[in-house]
Amino acid sequence: MRAFVVAVFAFLYLPIALVVLFSFNAGHHASEFTGFSVQWYGKALSNPFLVEALKNSLFIATTSALLAAFCGTAAALGLQRVGARTRALFDALLGAAIVVPGVVIGISTLVALVQLFAVVNPFLAELWPTDQPPKLSLGYGSIIAAHGLFSMALVTMIVGTRLSSLDRNLVEASSDLYATPLTTFRSIVLPQIMPAVIAGFLLAFTFSFDDFIVAFFVAGAQTTLPIYVFASIRRGVTPEINAIATIVLCASVVLVLLAQWQLGRRKPSP
Amino acid sequence: MTAVPDIEFRAVTKRYGAVTAVSGIDLAIPPSAFVALLGPSGCGKTTCLRMIGGFEQPSEGQVLIRGRDMAGTPPYRRPVNMVFQQYALFPHLDVEENISYGLRQARPRLSSRQISQRAGEALSMVQLAGYGRRKIHELSGGQQQRVALARALVNKPAVLLLDEPLAALDKKLRTDMQIELQNLQREIGITFVLVTHDQEEALSMSDFVCVMNGGRVVQLGQPSEIYDEPANLFVADFVGKTNLLSGKVAGLSGGLVDVALADGTVIAARKRVPLSRGEAVSVSLRPESLSLSAPGGGSLKGIVRNRIFLGSTAEYAIEVQGIGSLLAKADHVIGQGNLFKPGEPVAIGFAAGAPLAFPHTKNNGTNQREDQNAEIVS
Repeated sequence: MRAFVVAVFAFLYLPIALVVLFSFNAGHHASEFTGFSVQWYGKALSNPFLVEALKNSLFIATTSALLAAFCGTAAALGLQRVGARTRALFDALLGAAIVVPGVVIGISTLVALVQLFAVVNPFLAELWPTDQPPKLSLGYGSIIAAHGLFSMALVTMIVGTRLSSLDRNLVEASSDLYATPLTTFRSIVLPQIMPAVIAGFLLAFTFSFDDFIVAFFVAGAQTTLPIYVFASIRRGVTPEINAIATIVLCASVVLVLLAQWQLGRRKPSP
Repeated sequence: MTAVPDIEFRAVTKRYGAVTAVSGIDLAIPPSAFVALLGPSGCGKTTCLRMIGGFEQPSEGQVLIRGRDMAGTPPYRRPVNMVFQQYALFPHLDVEENISYGLRQARPRLSSRQISQRAGEALSMVQLAGYGRRKIHELSGGQQQRVALARALVNKPAVLLLDEPLAALDKKLRTDMQIELQNLQREIGITFVLVTHDQEEALSMSDFVCVMNGGRVVQLGQPSEIYDEPANLFVADFVGKTNLLSGKVAGLSGGLVDVALADGTVIAARKRVPLSRGEAVSVSLRPESLSLSAPGGGSLKGIVRNRIFLGSTAEYAIEVQGIGSLLAKADHVIGQGNLFKPGEPVAIGFAAGAPLAFPHTKNNGTNQREDQNAEIVS
């Protein structure tokens, strides 16, 4: 039994450990460790294509996570006021959104967007006063929308859980002490759910930053970091790829740990 | 002209779907009084309090605060403040921020000097001067209770509402807080409305007790009135300990009725409502109105089953053939070895006028207890 457990964990984490190890490889090959060096990190960060992809990823992750945190929190607050049945339905749909495979989300988002563009673009062309109407197409916007939509479900669930554990008496006490509903929200509800909102934001950011599958379908001509890595691998796994992977890994772990810490905070500071 | 009552209920009914929590209550709470709403759980007392606070709207009727109809007025526009059962202190604010929360909402705004001065006064009023910067979770239950009180009183409300405020405290602390609440109410002079299911608390603290049952007000009166002259069987049974003996009306003489008990003994009892010959009644006899003596005299004969010595008093459970178990309470005088022992036969007497007879209707609203005769629990 013990050996089995060790084997499972080795199978899970050994490849990751190897990637990290080989990112510090002095040699040119991914299969043979010839000495310690950080040269590949330098190479990776001076590669203009890679830096461009990294910037894209950071921009998309930040924007989609902000969108998700805002809309997801609003949705969670709204769901508090609906009937039990509607609530159960929405909870099920949120759960479904999270377990649906990325491929399905990717394809369906792509199909939906292409259909939407096919309908909207002729209208735009018709209505636009000049000869060169803007044309909606896949790109930043579509990745942000796809990531934001998925992450919104995540944020709604996390914030919803926090809200349901919020003491209703606190809201009543605030109201009893002459605070209008808006003041009550600002000075009582928001501080209480803030850790969940921040955790939701961080998880949404991590999801977007790491995501390859959904982005691959809806990216159009844009390149995100995971897409760049995928494309480079076709030219062979180099220690440079390992260096990028290690950076992404570290960033993700830090963000997830931050999110966990936020969720575990019982008494948020004012 | 009588003064405008601080709180007035006019034919107030509250329904939740098919359930009627409060039905047709008329109630006027006089100014500057300490009033307890007393009743078993589910009697509608908390609903009444929440309708004063504005957290519930009456389905029918009106709730008036100082003569103003409160229909449609949200909690944050009502001149009342509430002390919540679990205190509901804001965990992310410190003690002073909690207390000044209400003051900060005042329009026109109060200066921050005024706010901190009044918060400081409120803190000293509840004997927590110097605790302003503490976090809520650093305080004990009793201290949290005081903060909740200060947070409500600092706003100088017309009426202070207290929802079972002492339920979470241990017995010693509860007694201290009872005295402190009484003192506070006298000092400040505003109306306190206290909701409680603890009859001892209601009797000991308040100027008026409003006994509720099944969504209705059963009796409103001073504590001694409630105890000595209960309006019906429910009040007699719920407030204080009592022995309830069932019997039949055997005769009517003047203001009194003769009741034949189950064992055939006939006793004279006072009545609160007209009774007719042959009617089934319950006679309430307070444990302290029973006197025990050596066999020979008395109205009833029994055998001591249990003795609970309480220091200044002793309580006896006495088995009376044909009637059941009776609870008697006797003062204990030091040096006088007048304690009866379990197994000893005793004679039971009572002062004329002590027994009170009530019609034994099904609808008397008593908590359906198995032992209708006596309780030995303290």
